[in-house]
Amino acid sequence: MKSPAPYRRPYFDTQPEYLFPQYASTVRRAPREPLVVLPHTLSEVTAPVFGYGDIKPTDNDLTKQHKGEPQGERIVVSGRALDENGKPIPNMLIEIWQANAAGRYNHVVDQHDAPIDPNFTGGGRCLTDANGNYRFLTIRPGEYPWRNHYNAWRPAHIHFSLFGPALVTRLITQMYFPGDPLLDYDPMYNCVADEKARERLVSVFDWENTLPEYALAYRFDIVLRGREATPMETRR
Amino acid sequence: MSLRATTSQTIGPYLRIGLEWMVIEDLAPQGVAGERVRIEGRVLDGDGRPVNDAAVEIWQANSHGKYASPEDTQDKPLDPKFRGYGRSLTDNDGNFRFRTIKPGRVPGSEGKLQAPHLAVTIFMRGLLKQLLTRIYFPDEPANADDPVLKLVPAERRPTLLARRKGDGVLEWNVILQGKNETVFFDF
Ligand SMILES: [Fe+2]
Repeated sequence: MKSPAPYRRPYFDTQPEYLFPQYASTVRRAPREPLVVLPHTLSEVTAPVFGYGDIKPTDNDLTKQHKGEPQGERIVVSGRALDENGKPIPNMLIEIWQANAAGRYNHVVDQHDAPIDPNFTGGGRCLTDANGNYRFLTIRPGEYPWRNHYNAWRPAHIHFSLFGPALVTRLITQMYFPGDPLLDYDPMYNCVADEKARERLVSVFDWENTLPEYALAYRFDIVLRGREATPMETRR
Repeated sequence: MSLRATTSQTIGPYLRIGLEWMVIEDLAPQGVAGERVRIEGRVLDGDGRPVNDAAVEIWQANSHGKYASPEDTQDKPLDPKFRGYGRSLTDNDGNFRFRTIKPGRVPGSEGKLQAPHLAVTIFMRGLLKQLLTRIYFPDEPANADDPVLKLVPAERRPTLLARRKGDGVLEWNVILQGKNETVFFDF
């Protein structure tokens, strides 16, 4: 077997460094020794495959996990998963989690004085379709305070976890909402120098996918690392 | 067309809400071929304190050295009951654990075989992107020739080797900073 084509290195200033002191928790958790550059072998270009044996088609609806309706504003969050070469990523597991409408996580560690919603857990998952499209129905999450610095507030966001076709395409990120005034003050959002890269973390209002008299919609496209073009492909 | 990969963001402290439904600490149910191993360890921060909010994921080949992934085109048998993916979320003392089988050897760069290893991906609050490292097996003659271990300075290699703790039990810890800091890869 010949060596697999490697995945492209991150473009300058579009991926965070481990040590980023403005985000205080990085200081005692970021590695300090030099990283060892790893060639992409079969171990790095393969990844597990998930399917409807793992999840139910209804796991993408976070508004129907309990007896009653959750508090807050229903929203559709959808988009497309592509690689850097523009190729859609089909049948990929996407997992999401988020705070409720009041900005409170249904989690023992979250002690923010805002109400838990008994009808909202905040976790969901889905598989992308053959064209890389995914879709969730959820509640617009609230902003919440955290202890990073004095009067620190996280902008509203949804956590996304994706696998992709390779170990090195694994990605966990956060989706933000357009026009959120807290973005400017958020160390996580501002962890990379490239302004366009930051802006790609912000969803766009999505008129086309709104549900009349039911829910507004936001679109969030996600790009995973793509492979270097092989000489063969360049010639074609 | 060339797009740019989405920026990574931290998993944050509330990962359980999204990831706990698929904790897989036992990768090898009955009927899966291979030498059974238990792997136990802790994640410790730069102050030596346990990290109680990490997600530790492993990815490995089956006992024949074949990955359950369409990208692996080697002519070797798949094990229908073995996916090779595990996920453990650390407890209050920073512990994670897996029960699995020792993988076979898979090809590395330039056609050389790699020593048996597990790929380990680690996410936690305080990491804006995942860490990638590997677990190698103790008393494994193939380690001496492993092309990836050779890239690691000799004095740091022991951080990638699990230690035998008991019959079929291996210990491997993640030290994020300081003395014996685990080797992490730039991938
Ligand atoms: Fe969050």
